[in-house]
Parts: sequence; C-alpha cells; structure tokens
Amino acid sequence: MSNGNMAASELAAVEIHGMDRGAFVMKSALAVGTVYGVAAVGPFVGKALAASGDVGILNFALTLEYLEADFYTQGMKLNLGGEVAKFAKLAGAHEQQHVDALIATVKKLGGTPAKKPTFKFPISNQATFLKLAQTLEDTGVGAYNGAAPAIKSPEVLAAAGSIVQIEARHAAVIRLLNGVSPAPGAFDEALMEAKVLAAVKPLIKA
Amino acid sequence: MSNAPPERADSGALQELERDPASRKQFLKLMGGGVAATSAFSIFLAACGGDDDKKTQSTESTSTAATQESGDIKIVNYALTLEYLEADFYQQVIDSGLFKGAQQSLIQAIGDHENQHVEALSGTVSKLGGTPAAEPQTKFPIDNPKNILTLAATVENLGAAAYLGQADKIKNKEILAAAISIHSVEARHAAALNFLTGKSPTPDGGFAKPASMDQVLAAVKPFIVS
Repeated sequence: MSNGNMAASELAAVEIHGMDRGAFVMKSALAVGTVYGVAAVGPFVGKALAASGDVGILNFALTLEYLEADFYTQGMKLNLGGEVAKFAKLAGAHEQQHVDALIATVKKLGGTPAKKPTFKFPISNQATFLKLAQTLEDTGVGAYNGAAPAIKSPEVLAAAGSIVQIEARHAAVIRLLNGVSPAPGAFDEALMEAKVLAAVKPLIKA
Repeated sequence: MSNAPPERADSGALQELERDPASRKQFLKLMGGGVAATSAFSIFLAACGGDDDKKTQSTESTSTAATQESGDIKIVNYALTLEYLEADFYQQVIDSGLFKGAQQSLIQAIGDHENQHVEALSGTVSKLGGTPAAEPQTKFPIDNPKNILTLAATVENLGAAAYLGQADKIKNKEILAAAISIHSVEARHAAALNFLTGKSPTPDGGFAKPASMDQVLAAVKPFIVS
C-alpha cells in the first residue's frame, strides 16, 4: 500500500481470513445459540466479538459503502437519462443507508467507524458512469461474499447478507442498463481483499 | 410434471427427518418452528415424500458432530428442493415456446443457473454423506408471458429471501460460502425480473428481508404436486 493513503492502508490492514480451529469452535457455540435463543448466548457473543475481526470486516464494508454512496452522489451531477437517473437516486439512497447502518453496528460492537475517504471517480457522462457502476456493484457483491464466511457473529452475518442482496440487485439492474446479462454466472465470485483493493484503490484520493 | 424421474428409492433427508421424531423436533426448533411451522413443514414433507415405506438403514446416531452436520444437510436439501422447483419452472416456460428473443435468452440463462445450483447442492449433500432430496413434481400456471414473468419474479424474490433466512444457520463455512454465492445470484435474477416487469428491483428497500423456512414452504406449496 502506498504511504499517505490512509483509507487504502486501512482497507489493506483488514485481513479477511479463514477461520482457525478456535474460531470455528466459537462459531459453533454461537450457532447453537441461534437454536436456543439470543439470551442464552449473550455472554459468548460479547466475548467472540471482542476477540474477532467482525469490526474490521464491517469497517472494510463501510469504506466500500462510502465509496458507492459518493459515487452515486457524483453520478447524479451528470446528465443522466431518465431511467439511469432514477436508478442512481435509488441506489445512492440505499448506499447511504448501508453507511449509516454499518457505522451504527461498528459503534455498537465497541469499535471506531472508519473515516470517509476522499474519492475521485473517472466519470464524465452516462456511459462512463454506467461502466464504473457495474464494476463497483459487482465488486461490492464479491467483497461481501468473500468476507461473509469470516464473520463470527450470526447477527452481523445476517446484516451483511441483507446488504449484499441489495448490492446484487443493484448490480443486476446496472447490467441490464448496460445491455449485458444481469448475472454473469450461476455462482457469484467471492473476492478476496487484494482483488477488491485493486478495483477500488485507484478511486481513493486520500 | 415435465420430466420427473421415476420414483426414487433413496430416501431424502427430509423424509428421513419425518421418520425420526427426535431430529424433526430439533429441526423445527432450529427453524424457530411453532405450530404454524409444524403444519407447513408437515405438508411439505407429505408433498415431497416418496411414500417409500422401506426403511433405509439410517440408524439414529446423534453424536454432536453428526447433529451439526445433519443440520447443514437439511438446509442444503431445503435449498435443493427450491432449486428443483425453479429449474423445473423455467424448463416448463422454455418448453411453452411463449418467449422469443432477448426474453427467451434471459429465461434460458436463468434456467441454466438454476440447473447448476441443483447439481451443486445435490453434490454437496452427497459430499456431506447425506441423501439428496428427491426432485418434486411441480405444477406452474404457464399461461401468458406477462403472468409468467410476474411468477418468475415472485419465485426468485422468494428464493433470495429463503437463502438469506438460512445464512446465519449454516455451520460449515464452506457450505456458507456456497450458499451465499448462490444467494446473490438469486437476488440478481429477482432484481432483473422485477425491473423487467415494472416493479422496484429492491422491494424491501436498502435492506433485504429474510424468509423463514415455514414461510417459504407455505408459499411454494401450491406448486408442488407430489
């Protein structure tokens, strides 16, 4: 990561890793909790979250949502056609809701929400907007799908799931607007951190 | 329906569940099942059951590890049944010849995805040592293109919600990874079909809502003949 690029290095610092055995045992304990109710598992949740990377994953997601929200805000300043403008407004509102929800969740878990970086998007017209929108939404889907198995709290996993489904829906509409298949394959790719970074780093100014 | 295979002698995990009151009870508990869940689930079991009275050699071993694994197997078999329904639906739509051009291409692509999901999920159940659920016989109203697309959208939105409802219940992280990679594809299908039928691609707003197993089973029940 280049120095002085705070947001990017923050993203890089987030390690989306597989679970070690201890974490797996803990996750199983948590999963049992879903059977018997949240109350029974309360103490385990607290312990697990404190020791886990859930906050890191949420901050990783938050940075991506900042990026998407800002992207649609910038995009709406362009001269977009009716259907595209309508979608940009809808998707932009969702991304902002995701930002707010992720900030609240990080705080609830006792973490510090990632700061909003400054972005720069190479968009100047509807065509460039749609092209980058597709990349960002598909990347968002892949990023959440890649991170999900490393999430330790079932509640956080459920929240991430409800967000990634919206990213996938955005991606599908954008792809239709671009005249390509809404679903590039039968299984969405799970993107590892490095690939996500490669896609978004050029868009982060500071 | 269309090309349902002859009765399969193997017992699906759902049927096995039916014969095993202990694991069934546990399963319902896992799904947060109350009375409503029980009845919807019983109906589903009846609908899916091959009435093969021959007991398989499935003995009631309930070690903890086996119990965990069997929970995942049941979830994957549930997903498999939904994917069978979807795949069969698109096959019937394609066979109807009611669509042409771009719409036909999209339906074929989606149907192809569902077939791949069926294969993957069936393989996953086998890999876990379970018996893949049998393909249900289905019946869908295939009348006119508009209604068909609307039904397709309904089915896909339900499918996306069904996967979302199970995500935090899956214990094996590899199965979780597979399920979520299917989940977002179902969401793409749902959004595209909503969009093409003039509905919001995101009917739940900024956060998708999950559906429980009993909600989903009740919703698909009209499409299951046996």
